[in-house]
Amino acid sequence: MSGRTRDQDSGAAAAQRAVARDAQMNSAALLSLDRVSVGLGGREVLRGVSFAVRPGEFTGLIGANGAGKTTLLRVILGLQRVDGGRVSVADRRVGYVPQKVLLEPDVPLRACDVVALGLDGRRLGIGWPSARKKMFVDEMLAAVGADPFADARVGELSGGEQQRVLIAHALIGRPRLLLLDEPLANLDLSSSADVVALLARIAREQQIAVLLSAHEMNPLLPVTDRIVYLAHGRAASGTTGEVITTEVLSRLYGHHVDVLRVHGRILVVAGNGGPDAGRGPITIDHARDASGGAV
Amino acid sequence: MSGVWATIFQPGFFASDEVRTALIVGGLVAVVSGVVGVFTVLRGQSFAGHSLADVGATGGSGAYLLAVPPLWGFLALSVVGAGLMELIGIQRARSRDLATGIVLGAALGVSALLLYWDTTWHSSNGQAMTVLFGSIFALSESTIPLVVVFSAVSLVLVVLVYRPLLLAGLHPDLARAQRVNARLVGWVFLAALAIAVALSSIALGSILSTAILIGPAATAVRLTRRPGLAMLWAALIGVLAMWLGVLLSYDSYTWPPAHHGWPVSFLVVALIVTAYLAVDLTSGRRRSRHRPDRPPVAAAEPDEDAIHAEWVA
Repeated sequence: MSGRTRDQDSGAAAAQRAVARDAQMNSAALLSLDRVSVGLGGREVLRGVSFAVRPGEFTGLIGANGAGKTTLLRVILGLQRVDGGRVSVADRRVGYVPQKVLLEPDVPLRACDVVALGLDGRRLGIGWPSARKKMFVDEMLAAVGADPFADARVGELSGGEQQRVLIAHALIGRPRLLLLDEPLANLDLSSSADVVALLARIAREQQIAVLLSAHEMNPLLPVTDRIVYLAHGRAASGTTGEVITTEVLSRLYGHHVDVLRVHGRILVVAGNGGPDAGRGPITIDHARDASGGAV
Repeated sequence: MSGVWATIFQPGFFASDEVRTALIVGGLVAVVSGVVGVFTVLRGQSFAGHSLADVGATGGSGAYLLAVPPLWGFLALSVVGAGLMELIGIQRARSRDLATGIVLGAALGVSALLLYWDTTWHSSNGQAMTVLFGSIFALSESTIPLVVVFSAVSLVLVVLVYRPLLLAGLHPDLARAQRVNARLVGWVFLAALAIAVALSSIALGSILSTAILIGPAATAVRLTRRPGLAMLWAALIGVLAMWLGVLLSYDSYTWPPAHHGWPVSFLVVALIVTAYLAVDLTSGRRRSRHRPDRPPVAAAEPDEDAIHAEWVA
């Protein structure tokens, strides 16, 4: 905006080309963040974060606890104000699965009720059951493999089953972009692999862009198209091969880290100043099950 | 047969105006408390519900000093209390308890003062007992229309925000992601809660109003998996407890120890607690019987192998 006025006498044509190229990129991207900064309580949680997500892409948002993953997802949802930069979401249909939805066993809601709330939860009134609504809900429950426990109390389902129900809740609004905040936390290895496979299939078949946050990248490696790596509020994005390198991550963390690849798994190991720095390595992002590496 | 009937419904029960008023007001109060109570339990706002009742007590005791119908006092103060809690910050769980506690403490202090004046100026303890523990037989017939109107207002508010409330109850961000104003929805519910609590305060007293709000609702959520059905169950349990309590209290004038009758509030609360315990015990047993059915699917395999091995051997 201000760029265009400044460039009037000098390279007006070049500037116009840049604007056109920018617009083209934005139209291809479903979501783009441009140098987004957020401060919370005097602390800079996000510092100049830029990346884009295209339709049907599976993006892993990786970072340790407190790296700013939840804040970033809330920025995209419009629940968190930004202090600088720009967020553009091409399609307002965004599905969301928040972190730590704790459902007490006594909550009088069935799995199908939770999914139905994704369809019409914002409407006023009680909302009488209809054949059309039931069909939509059943279809969604089947799509995530939650149909066997459609009538069960959500609070009595296992963590993995609850995640499926919440994913169905988020998908029933037919979003183009699906945001999930730490959906694999508290899941055992096999249900975590099931949820990842399910999300990858949904992204591919329905051309829904998936942006999933996790503190551990290994369960996501088989399916991610791109990775956004967050550390100290700064982000690096690209393919796994581009981002998860000693150079990029060392720059991000502000000190030397080593990237080790073991049986198709990635370990990011930090040392103080280098690999020989006395007190031994501090693991930042470790594989949970390094021995059983048959992926 | 008619002897049994006469023992249960003693002479004058159906003819008495006081009993009629008690049954109508008690029934309406129980329905509103049941419906609002299920959401209160679901949203984990039982403490807020109880505090609003205590805040309402300030209004109830003030109303006696001003010679205004106590319902107005209860209503005014519990609605104002709800507004204050919302302003201080009821939307965040941690500050919510704090805000509730602060408003609660201040209001109880004032009501201690007002009740002291009530009892010393009128030189009787009647008002204090009525405000704190209720006296449903002492309600005048003229309160019925008021109770009907405010019951309707509370129910309409809850029905209006029914789905957003359920959604926000799952997780506030789920509601916000669907562009629901979670704060506005929370406020509407708090208003409905304040009215429900004021209504039950005139029936059971401010201290016991929590019993009819939480008890039937907590019982109902054990009985059904559907939110709508839970509200119907809660209303039903509440109405039965209330009516049975009124009946027993009427009969209790012939009971020991003093032949002066037993208070309705005590009997209603006793019935509610009994219902909760009965459901809790039976559903607890059912659950522990069902639970082991699930995990042994994997554990069963080695057992089968062992049996096979035995067969082969």
